[in-house]
Amino acid sequence: MITLEHATKVYPGSSSPAVDDVTLHVPEGEISVFIGPSGCGKTTLMRMINRLTPISSGVIEVGGKNVMELDPIELRRGIGYVIQQVGLFPHMTVRDNVATVPKLLGWNKSAIDNRVDELLELIGLDPGVFRSRYPRELSGGQAQRIGVARAMAADPPVMLMDEPFGAIDPITREVLQDEFLKIQWQVKKTIIFVTHDISEAIKMGQKIALLKDGQLIQYDVPEKLLTAPRNEFVKSFVGTDRALKRLNLLRVSDAMMTNPVHCQAADPSEKIMEYMIGNDLQFLLVTDGEERLMGYVNLYDLRGHRGKVGDVVRPMTITVSPEQNLKEALSRMLGFDLGIVVAVDEDQRLAGILNSKTLFSVVGDTYDERGGHWGNVTSKGRIP
Amino acid sequence: MEVIDFIVRNWHEILHRAGEHAYFVAIAVFIAVATGVPIGIWITFNRKAAGIILYLAGIMMTVPSIALFGIMIPVLSIFGSGLGIVPAIVALVLYSQLPIIRNTYAAIKSVDPSIIDAGIGMGMSRMQVLFRVQLPMALSVIFAGIRVAVVMSIGIGAIAAFIGAGGLGHYIFMGINQSYDAMIKTGALCVAIMAVVADYIFGRIEYRMVSKGLRTN
Repeated sequence: MITLEHATKVYPGSSSPAVDDVTLHVPEGEISVFIGPSGCGKTTLMRMINRLTPISSGVIEVGGKNVMELDPIELRRGIGYVIQQVGLFPHMTVRDNVATVPKLLGWNKSAIDNRVDELLELIGLDPGVFRSRYPRELSGGQAQRIGVARAMAADPPVMLMDEPFGAIDPITREVLQDEFLKIQWQVKKTIIFVTHDISEAIKMGQKIALLKDGQLIQYDVPEKLLTAPRNEFVKSFVGTDRALKRLNLLRVSDAMMTNPVHCQAADPSEKIMEYMIGNDLQFLLVTDGEERLMGYVNLYDLRGHRGKVGDVVRPMTITVSPEQNLKEALSRMLGFDLGIVVAVDEDQRLAGILNSKTLFSVVGDTYDERGGHWGNVTSKGRIP
Repeated sequence: MEVIDFIVRNWHEILHRAGEHAYFVAIAVFIAVATGVPIGIWITFNRKAAGIILYLAGIMMTVPSIALFGIMIPVLSIFGSGLGIVPAIVALVLYSQLPIIRNTYAAIKSVDPSIIDAGIGMGMSRMQVLFRVQLPMALSVIFAGIRVAVVMSIGIGAIAAFIGAGGLGHYIFMGINQSYDAMIKTGALCVAIMAVVADYIFGRIEYRMVSKGLRTN
């Protein structure tokens, strides 16, 4: 969808190029993240696509057309544009801001009104409340939601986003990222997303282009950037905690042990206690007749109890869903003193169990500096 | 008391003088806005011209008003109108240029560059950015310049009576000549009232025209 071939930008009077011979391809319907330290040329490179910065040499094609052969104004109207400072027009209402490009394109009033309401609903703001507000009456998060809606107003196939969530507090940023990914999942735009935050890049990008001094160092899927950094720069840029960052990319379902050992509430306590002692289990998960998680029992509660396991079950307060990422799951696990976390599906049905062993095995699986593997480590001490 | 007495006895003529005064100030301000605002906009595209124009307009402000009126006499007498209302209007237009040009220029220049970047990036032409974004955002500061020009022109316009333009300045000059206190005070009072009223009216117009989104409270 977007192709850069030997794209180069040299500012007049500057000896080294700001963007140096970058060649890459952004597939249709995907998010490509441009990342790098400040001054690496990531924003310049993005701005060359909609010709806000004219290219010095090389070719940039959008949808198969060389951008230098198109009218720059027509080109820009067909490309959504979101910037960190949001740049909403303060003298216009939310409605008029969102309607900017449709108005430039000469849509009629009712088509514009319908589109504005549709977009406000898409970004989760009630049109009745927000349509006639002015930017100064919006919070930072709301303003950037409007900024995104404005960029999408004329339904452009391509969007350029320059650190769109960079000026927003970390909690709201996470929310906006999640919301945006959900929207992107429906609309499937081809997006260039500039950021300096590697965690954001890993979260948002199907592909990440890492730049340094105007040169493209590595262009790869996030997984590859973390597990197979091309050189020391990439390694240090993604950070020494890159193994932890991988947790963002993995789902609970990738790491959980499915079909974990458990009993049902109707089972007799005596029998279950015997089984637990025989298998060296301190705790055991309990489900109801339809395999829905009820909680757990511990050995101490069962001792001397005559009856059904269901009578002494303790509720499981912290669970995760198989779709959640491992970082969230790990954080929940650390906040729960049993050292495990149970995954349940949307019907509360037992899906699997996550403990430190399953977690480490999946992270260690693909991430290993020398490509080797420790195998099964036991606590047998010195080999006799 | 004396002043009230004078006003009561002469109210008909005072209204006539006030009308004269308002007439040439209105024409002067109209011409000043019609020239100053476009010049202010134009110099935002041309840094070199901006320096020169703002410098010249600044110098114009430093010329004592009575001297400017004096200079007008020989210059405009070439065109056969050295005295009266024409030189008065020309002088007021020249004086009004600085506040109007400077405010227009500063207001447009002070629009947040990221907002302009957003406009250009979404496919606005340079003119669309100017008329749809920069000017509406600059309006309130431009209006402040126009209000300064109006108030100043009403004040300086009193001196135009010196070159035969009439207006409320007539009472001030006549009063000084005749050592007639009430007459001087009446002239000064009427000029002050006219300035305050004009400023209020322009304030209301500004309030109507500037977007609600730009109000600060």
